[in-house]
Formats: sequence, C-alpha cells, structure tokens
Amino acid sequence: MKKDFVYPYMPNSAPKAKKEMMDALGISSVSDLYNSVIPEDLRLDRPLNLPEPIPGEHALKTHLESILEKNNSCNEYLNFLGAGCYRHFVPAVCDEIAGRAEFLTAYCGDTYSDHGKMQAIFEYQSMMGELLDLDVISYTTYDAGQAVCSSLRMALRLGRSSQRKELLLPATMNPEILSQVKSYCRGVAQIRIMDCDPKTGRADLAKLRTMLSDKTAAVFLENPSYLGFFEENAEEIGRMAHETGAVFIVSPDVASLGVVESPANYGADIVCGDIEPLGIGMHYGGGCAGFIGVRDDPRYIKEIPTYLYGIAQTQNEGEFGWGRALNERCSHGSRELANEYFGTASGLWAIAAGVYLALMGPGGMRELGEQIMRRTSYAVKKLSEIPQISVDPLGGTKFQEFIINFDPCGKTVQEINKFLLKHKIFGGKDLSGDFPKLGQSALYCISEITTVKEIDRLCDILRQATKEESR
Amino acid sequence: MNRANFHEARWDEPIIMELGSEGERGVLIPEMEPEVLAATAGACELIPSGLLRKKPPKLPEMSQPQVLRHYLRLSQETIGAAFDIDIGLGTCTMKYNPVIHEAFAKSPKIKELHPCQPEESVQGILEILYNTQEYLKEISGMDAFCLLSGGGSQAIFSNVLVLRAYHETYHKGEQRDEIITTMLSHPGNPGAAATAGYKVITLMPDKSGYPDMQALKAALSSRTAGLMITNPEDTGLYNPHIREIVDAVHSVGGLCIYDQANLNGLFGITRARDAGFDMCHYNLHKSFSAPHGSQGPACGAQGVTAELEPFLPNPAIRFDGNKYYFDYNREKSIGKIRKFYGNPSVVLKAYAYIRTLGGEGLKQAAELSILNNNYLLARLSEVKGLTLPLAEGVRRIEQSRLSWKPLTEETGVTTDDIDRRVVDYGLQSYFSSHHPRVIPEPFTPEPCETYSKADIDEFSDIFKAISEEAYLTPDLVKSAPHKAALATQIKEEYLHDIHLLATTWRAYKRHEGRQ
Repeated sequence: MKKDFVYPYMPNSAPKAKKEMMDALGISSVSDLYNSVIPEDLRLDRPLNLPEPIPGEHALKTHLESILEKNNSCNEYLNFLGAGCYRHFVPAVCDEIAGRAEFLTAYCGDTYSDHGKMQAIFEYQSMMGELLDLDVISYTTYDAGQAVCSSLRMALRLGRSSQRKELLLPATMNPEILSQVKSYCRGVAQIRIMDCDPKTGRADLAKLRTMLSDKTAAVFLENPSYLGFFEENAEEIGRMAHETGAVFIVSPDVASLGVVESPANYGADIVCGDIEPLGIGMHYGGGCAGFIGVRDDPRYIKEIPTYLYGIAQTQNEGEFGWGRALNERCSHGSRELANEYFGTASGLWAIAAGVYLALMGPGGMRELGEQIMRRTSYAVKKLSEIPQISVDPLGGTKFQEFIINFDPCGKTVQEINKFLLKHKIFGGKDLSGDFPKLGQSALYCISEITTVKEIDRLCDILRQATKEESR
Repeated sequence: MNRANFHEARWDEPIIMELGSEGERGVLIPEMEPEVLAATAGACELIPSGLLRKKPPKLPEMSQPQVLRHYLRLSQETIGAAFDIDIGLGTCTMKYNPVIHEAFAKSPKIKELHPCQPEESVQGILEILYNTQEYLKEISGMDAFCLLSGGGSQAIFSNVLVLRAYHETYHKGEQRDEIITTMLSHPGNPGAAATAGYKVITLMPDKSGYPDMQALKAALSSRTAGLMITNPEDTGLYNPHIREIVDAVHSVGGLCIYDQANLNGLFGITRARDAGFDMCHYNLHKSFSAPHGSQGPACGAQGVTAELEPFLPNPAIRFDGNKYYFDYNREKSIGKIRKFYGNPSVVLKAYAYIRTLGGEGLKQAAELSILNNNYLLARLSEVKGLTLPLAEGVRRIEQSRLSWKPLTEETGVTTDDIDRRVVDYGLQSYFSSHHPRVIPEPFTPEPCETYSKADIDEFSDIFKAISEEAYLTPDLVKSAPHKAALATQIKEEYLHDIHLLATTWRAYKRHEGRQ
C-alpha cells in the first residue's frame, strides 16, 4: 500500500480531512495519541503478517467466489440430511425483510428510534405464542441447544428450594444438544438418561417411574425425537413428571405445529426449540435460533434468562410502544446476580420467522405439517421396497425423519454415503458413532420440498448402493 | 448540517395480529403430487389423537402484498446503522457493514449448505473458516482460535468453560472458585462466570479510572481461578498496568481472559498475547464489520494459548495440506458450545473484511478510530454541561464515557431524556452505560473509522444543540421524542410490573379483559 492510500470505508484516510483533524488536536502523527498511553513494550513493532490486501471490490468478489465455488450446495445435490437443521422452502419476502438494511444493521436501538423493530419482535413473539398456544415467549437464544440449556436451568432454579437437582433426558436426545447441556449444567445438576425401549426408541415408562423422585427437577423430551419418531406417550410422561413435582420441558419441531398439538396442551411447562425451519434457511447451520415459551406465570417468567420484549400503552388511546422488560433477570441488568449470562444472539431470525408465520397463516402451517408427514410416509413406503435395508425400524408415528439401517446388506453408512455422493446425493446423517446400538444406521430427512421424483431417485441409487458390486 | 426538517417515518401501523381476513394466504408451498396423495393417509389418520392439534393456531391470515407492506413500514420505523451517524452506540463498534459482504452471504454456496454435508462438499467454507482462524491468530498473538460461539457473550462463556476445564485438569483437588472482573468490563463477564458456578469479585475503578490495584492484590489468592477484563474498558482508557495485572494473576495460578469484543482501537497496535493473556475473544459483528442484525446472528471468536487449545469446543477445523476437515477426536474438549459450527456467514464477512484491508489497513482502521475519538472529544468539550470524568488529560483510545451530570444538576434534564431527544435529530438511541451506572448520567460514544469528519461535526453539533435546549427549554428535551416513529412516551410500568408485562398480543388482550 502506498503511504497515502485512501480506503473506501474510511473517509478520514483521505489526507485533507485527516490533516484537519490532526491540526485541531495539535498532533503531527496519530501515534502521538496512543503512544502516550500504551506502553512501548506492549506495542507491536512490526506490521501484522496478513495476506496482501484485496482493496478493490471486484477483485474481492472474484476471490471470494472462487473459494465459495468449491462448495457443493443442496441446490446442486439432492439433500436428505436433517438432524437439527432443516431445509425448507424460504419465501422471498422473508429474505427481503431480513435483508433490509434497517433491520440488518440495527442493534440496541430501543422504544423510540427503533419502534418498528420492536414491534416486529413483539409480533414474532405474538405469533409464536399462537403457534405454541402459550402467553409468554422470549427473545431468541443462540440456538435450540441454548434454549434447552436455559429451560433446564430454569427448572433447576424453580426446584432449588426443594433440592431438586436431577434432570431426566431422553436416551435418543440430539447428541449436540446433549453435549451443550452437559457443559451448561455441570456442577449444578445431575444428568440422568431415561431408558428407552430398544425396539421403538420410546421412553420406558416403567423404568421412568423408578427414576422419578423428589430429587427430579425436570423431565425433558424432544417431540419429535432426534431420531424422527413422536413420543406418543408424551402426555403420560408429563403427568408422571408433575406427580413428583418436576417441571416438564418439551422441544417440538415448529414446522409440525400446524397439525401436531403444542406441547403446552399435553402438559409441558416450558416449551423450547429452534425457529430455523420458519423462513430462515440453513446457512450452514447459522440459521439456528432458539425460543423459550411459558405460561403467564410470574414464577416461570422470572426465571427466563434472556430479553423479554413487552408491549406498553402510551398516553394516547390505542397507541403502543415496546421495551425490554424486567431486565434485572438478565446479566446486562444485574451482572453475576442474573439468572444466567446472555448476549446478542439471533434477533434478525426472529423478524424473519415472524414474516414467515404471517405469510403462512394457520392454513399454510397446517399444509406444511401435513405435507411433510405424508411425504415422509411416502418415502418410507417407497424405500421399504428396497431389499436388504431396514427402513424405519423404530416404527410408529414420525414427523420428517426416520432411520435406514444398512446392516442387512453388510455395508457401512460411510460406504453407502460415498456411493450416493458420487451420484450427487447427500445421504442421511450417519448415526453409527452417536448411537452404536443402532448398528449401521443413517437418519434420513424429508421436507415439503422433497419431491416424488427426488425420492424415486434416492430409491434408485440406494438400490444400486446396497448391491455387492458397488463397494 | 442542519436537519431541522427531519422526521422519522410514522405509520401508526396496527399490530399484525389484527390485520388480514379469514382465508387469505401470503404464500403457497409446493403441491403434493398424486403419488403422495394416493399412497398416504391424511394428517388425522397419521397422527395419534393425543398428538393431533385440536385448534388451529390463531395466526394472521394475510395476502402477500399486505405482509410485505406491513414489514416495510416497520423497517422504515427503525434507524439501522446504515441510516444514521451511529456514533452514539459506544462499545458496540457500529462501523460500516460492506454491502458486498451481504452478496457473499446470500450466495447459495453458503446459504444452501447443510451443516452435515460431507467434508469434500464444503471445502470452500472450511477454507474460509480455517484461514480466518489463522488471521485472528496473527492479529491477537494467540496460538489457536475457535469460531463456534454464536455471539460475544457465548465466547466469553466458552472461555470460562475452558478455564474451568484447565483447572480441573491441572489443579485437581484445589478449590479455585473465584473469578475477578472489573466494574467497567462488560456484564457478560460476571454473568458468564456465575453461570459456570464461579464466585465473582468485582474491582471498582479508582480516581485514575483504572481498576484499583490494591483491591486486585487483596482479591488474589489460591482460590483465584482467573481474571476477566476489558482493556480499554468502557471509558476508552487503556490500562498501562495491564501486564502487571496479568502477572499478578498468573503468580497465584489463575488464568487471564481478555474481553476484546471491541478490538477497534488496537488492530496492529497491541496484541492480547503480548500482554500475557491466556485467552481473548473478538466479536466479529463489531470490529470485523459484520452487521449486528437487530442483535444477531453474531459470532464470538475465541482465542487461546497452545496449552489451552485441547479444551476448546468441538469440532476443531484442521488442514492436512490438501483438504480441510473437522476434528472431533479431542478428549479434553469442553464439548459443543453451539449447534453445528456457529454462524459461518458471519465469519465469511469477517474474512472478506480482513482480506480487503490487510494488516496495514486494519492498523489504519484502529488509528483512524482513535483519531476520530479524540477529535470528537475535542468537539464535545464545547458542549455545556457535558464532562469527561476520570483520568483528566489522559488520551482515550476508541471510545469514551462522558457524563451529563452538570447538565442534569443545572437543568433537570437527564441522559435518558437526551437519549430520547437524539432521535429527533435522526440518530438512533445512544448507549449510556451498563448497570450499575458508576459514572452518573453517562453517555458513551464511539466514532469508528467509517465516520467522516463531517459526520463527527454533525454529531457534535447535535449535542451542542440539545444542551442549549436543555438550558433554555428543558421541557422540549424532557418530553422528547417529537419526531420519532413513536413520539409519545410509554407507560414504563408495563415493563417493570410482572403482572402488566405482556410479551404477546394474546397476553395483552387477556390482561386488558381482566382489568
């Protein structure tokens, strides 16, 4: 770089302005300003060793595109991956609103300067409240994992006075979220894994009864489970949890809730999960954003650790404003005395999810849930025709994911997926590491945008993949 | 620049729950093919009765133009950083977010990637993640980076978990349960430490503005797990004794965590590792130009020494000379901190930023942010009733905490009043201070390098004008805002009384029905 290089993002790198400002301060070099306060032995005495800059926008674009070109996206390959991140249809209006510079570049602006943003967030909460049939919805958390972690910590705080420290988690739990929970709750809880029926994956109620006690702080379920099936006995599990005084926490898939009952209506005290399916997109996992919902019960509201955006009347009849409420709950308000730490997480996705729910309405959400289930059901039927694989061995009702077990054909998931990849298909998520008892199994995912043609193609290639010679 | 005629858009837009009418639809999903219809049962048969939804969700029923219009209006009632001279939101580093970066993030080559795709299909984004880590190592002097945290506070928390794992490994049987921080460090630090089970000791600033050294020495003991500190703190004061502080903590076996959420004044000038720190973190949505997105998606980049690398969250990203890959085979790792890999799109923007500027450009950004800040302070010194408390005569780095205390005492106008009034001049709300307000009637501007001299002059003139208003017509300021999207003050009790609080429209309506 030449000495007087002018950077397009830095107006005062232009010599005239820079000189005027330095003159106003009576300095001859900018380093005069910091040399007086940063000790010499802490100052870097050489330039940062970084690659040569690419200051021109076009050259930067060429550079970035040449790297991104090395990725093969789900637009180019057929995708059957889910496992906590789901490829759904994203309406153009969602992208348009999430891309608006007003929302994209806003931050902590509050009641007056950012009236519209505050309203959009409140509307997201309001629509989520309808979807979940709950009155209180939090600001978004980092992801479902954080929402689950915080929900469990809420239950621990609610049970603190009665020494309830045990968390009962499902044996089929999302392994990533389980890992997050173990870190987040270590030292304050004992994590116990509920036994499940090895044939169906569902919780073993008789064994659960023996695990529940006056030490149980919470019983947690994913419904649908990580492995795709619905826990049909969820209501009974909730009842058992409540009988011992434990909090019942359920994480649903929001895309199912147009046709599937909200956990709030089968006993859940806290409902939490991810809004990524709602008009956000995958973004290589960056589309995740968590939610926490509870009833209008001060005991529960007080324990929510993140921002709550509340509606407020003004002096004018019928006019509203919004603000962040009860901030003493949060670390921004009371530091180490707060419920938990929190910070900037995923606000833009709340706005996008709100747009999605408004576009879809009750009819769209019903169709979405029903279509996913029917397409999944269709896929299971078609795939079941393939010899030497076991499709949906756990059976029962499922939402959009199911297992294919490859043990009968003697191949590993890795081998199968390698073959599929050659045919431009991303096969299901390999479960053999996280769930060794399931053998060589993969978790396949179907959504409303998985077509019959695509399912037929998967069947076709899987048929070839399972044959001996494809090894 | 005189914007006497400024007025924010004001649409009096109804709540969306009250819009639309039965049967309208905003978007259609794909039709089900006849094969699916023929081969499968409907929802009522597929779903067991106990799980079948009984009442449809009461979502709005709206057509697409009305949904778009509603949200465009709400966007117009929002002052994003792209629209205003966003100097007021200090500590947040509201710098320009290059538009070209958004084009990269919108590419299907990142947006349409599933996080479980095979590694060979994501070599491009892995290369970007890996190289960004390499660049951040050079910028910080640290030995390893982890880009998995979904925000700055999560990176702070992740650093605490690494600290915890370190002591459990190397100091078995010791009772190290105390973390020391300072009052002017971000509240996420004590918040994260307490969440991980630590007792927090908070050092107050002394007259110099720096944390009290005697108090630090008194706090240190064999129970000290570590120190979490920001430098410069919110005051913009760089603590020249930082190495002494770090050494003191090390001498009792503690680790030092540097909160560098805001790195903006230090690029290429001084580095965390060179001051002896064991860990640091950067908010890529601040100093590294990614937008704040109405509070996320974000990324906290976590930097540590080689000794602490094994404890970082899973997975690590490695390069074998040919291909990039994830490494989960790390038995000391604290595990997952966020699902998948955090926010790779945010890292992509930081990568583009670093590549655009290079080492010299980053240093230029730091120097200009320091120049801008000191020029701004010179201009703000002309404002009646506004002072710069603590450490008189000492230069600030990239931001400053000022005080309206004299103005409040003389006029009754408070920083919160002024914070509302600035909106009438086309600025978004400013940042006063975290709680508690150690400096009375605080105001914390941060004029990043992307603001021009003319911007800074206009910004300063606005505060001069508001100060004059406070002395001449205080009610004008106290009753502000007047030209904002919302120009009537809200009844604050709705945000403080848990029985009035409504986070959803249904709760509000029920509350009103009850009264």
